[in-house]
Amino acid sequence: MNLFKLSWKYLTFRPLSTSLNVFLLALGLAIITVLLLIQDQFEKKMNQDAAGIDLVVGAKGSPLQLILAGVYHIDFPTGNIPMDEAQKLSRNRLVKNIIPMALGDNYQGFRIVGTNHDYPALYEASLADDGSLWQKPFEVVLGAEVAERSGFKVGDEFLGSHGISVGSHEHDANNFKVVGVLERKGNVLDRLILTSVESIWYTHDEGGTEPSDSTATHEEHQVLNLQEDVAIKGFPKTTESRELTTLLIQYRNPMAAIQLPRLINSGTSMQAASPSFEMSRLFELLGVGITLLQGLAVVIIGISGLGIFIALYNSLKERKYDLAILRAIGASRGQLLLLIFLEGIMLTFMGAIFGILLGHTFLSVIISQNEQGVVGSLQPWIFLKQELWIVVYALTVGVLASIIPAFAAYQTSIAKQLTKA
Amino acid sequence: MIFPDIALEAGESLLVLGKSGSGKTTLLNLLAGLLKPETGEILLSGKNLATLNGQELDLFRGKEIGIVFQKPHLLAALNVKENLQMAHFFSKKEGQNIEELLGELELAAKAKSSVLTLSEGEAQRVSIARALANKPKLILADEPTSSLDDQNAENVIKLLKTQAAKIGAALIIVTHDQRVKSHIANFVEVKSA
Repeated sequence: MNLFKLSWKYLTFRPLSTSLNVFLLALGLAIITVLLLIQDQFEKKMNQDAAGIDLVVGAKGSPLQLILAGVYHIDFPTGNIPMDEAQKLSRNRLVKNIIPMALGDNYQGFRIVGTNHDYPALYEASLADDGSLWQKPFEVVLGAEVAERSGFKVGDEFLGSHGISVGSHEHDANNFKVVGVLERKGNVLDRLILTSVESIWYTHDEGGTEPSDSTATHEEHQVLNLQEDVAIKGFPKTTESRELTTLLIQYRNPMAAIQLPRLINSGTSMQAASPSFEMSRLFELLGVGITLLQGLAVVIIGISGLGIFIALYNSLKERKYDLAILRAIGASRGQLLLLIFLEGIMLTFMGAIFGILLGHTFLSVIISQNEQGVVGSLQPWIFLKQELWIVVYALTVGVLASIIPAFAAYQTSIAKQLTKA
Repeated sequence: MIFPDIALEAGESLLVLGKSGSGKTTLLNLLAGLLKPETGEILLSGKNLATLNGQELDLFRGKEIGIVFQKPHLLAALNVKENLQMAHFFSKKEGQNIEELLGELELAAKAKSSVLTLSEGEAQRVSIARALANKPKLILADEPTSSLDDQNAENVIKLLKTQAAKIGAALIIVTHDQRVKSHIANFVEVKSA
């Protein structure tokens, strides 16, 4: 028998009140844990995915939407842009590199992105085992997450569907053929299916022409195309007037940051948006919600602190005899003080551990509900150093809640208690 | 209040009699070191209780004085055995073997029971066991029989007497219970001044 055990016995002697307080505290701390985890990983991820992209160019519309669709592949694209205008832009001396992208198809919710080899190179992506990047139309490279979910390996074939969400009609004329799988990097590529811009064009050519309309020449033209190598760098070669969805641009020099967006926005039918600017705007908008949640968490923790105080204080009233008895069998005032503090601290420590686990569990539930969204690639079981502060924070609540009851225990007069009978 | 001088050898028993309100319990609290006397001394095996500071006094009380209260006042969160272990823990003294002690008090079967399930007589016996657990030099009992029936009261008195004799402790019982007088001849009377 020691003080720890005695405190523990008293806590388990009131299981309902103890578990209510632990749960309430855990709930508050779980919210804080989830916020911490999301904030940490989300911002890191957002910055990581936008690294190396100075400007995104697409059809006119919401700049935030353009960034979300073009960089993070979460929102719908703003529309298409003519390729000749895009090519004109690539000749500008302020542009160091330009990556064209054609969006608009998906496989079971995973987006199929038509682009060139610069795009995986931008994220320093490497291929797993024996695959290669796409060389011919309809050859695709899968992100790690896509490969894991679908179970596809190199050599497998599948049909894409139109649109960027599940349930649209399938493009049934041409199968995509898997030629490679990317290694998991924890970035946006994990959730994408990469292919050439040409593949996207040809898929939609069929969608546009009814089988009855198709002429012999048209089909000939397609067969020819399928044998040709696709563009690995720069823009795809074509004689027709084609469209793209977005362009990712790297600046040549800091001057470009000032001149290029204005040039694009006022001089062309396209719009330019900076990922860093739009994301900080988004975080500003989300900030209100986050602050609100944090406030709620603090209130819950405050209430649980009050709950612990009331529980200790009430139990103290019933326990004055017990305390007097403890003194009579040799316990000092200091030991009684410690006993009550220990109860508060043990209670909040349990709350802290439970709360952190609950927070991680919440997050893993959120993630499992949201596999294809941005949240889907967060890691729920990464533990942060800040979580230690949650424990410290909780223990502080425990100590604060125990101060008054502990001193009341310290002051208990044994003679008075025992003779009251 | 003024009390007569009381002296007791190890192994001896003494009754403190008096009407309710006469200060019997105050005397007991003084003897236990729970209250401090304004004048005079309380000596136990050569130590003056008044000279000990708070923590020393608590520890000394835990080691050398066993107190049996009018009501058992057992710790409800603990079982019978754990209640006795607490006495060992706080006094930092090994004391008597708890299993044996419970056996002698016919409580061996209840060692693991919650104290809430005990009958009144059993509970009072546990509280006596707790007072004996540290082999104290002085056993103080405050109206130990007042809420018990004749059979239980007789058992409690016999127990206190035999156990005190066994460990060589002085026994002081504060009571107005006539049933106790037939067992212990030696008594002092307290009158409110």
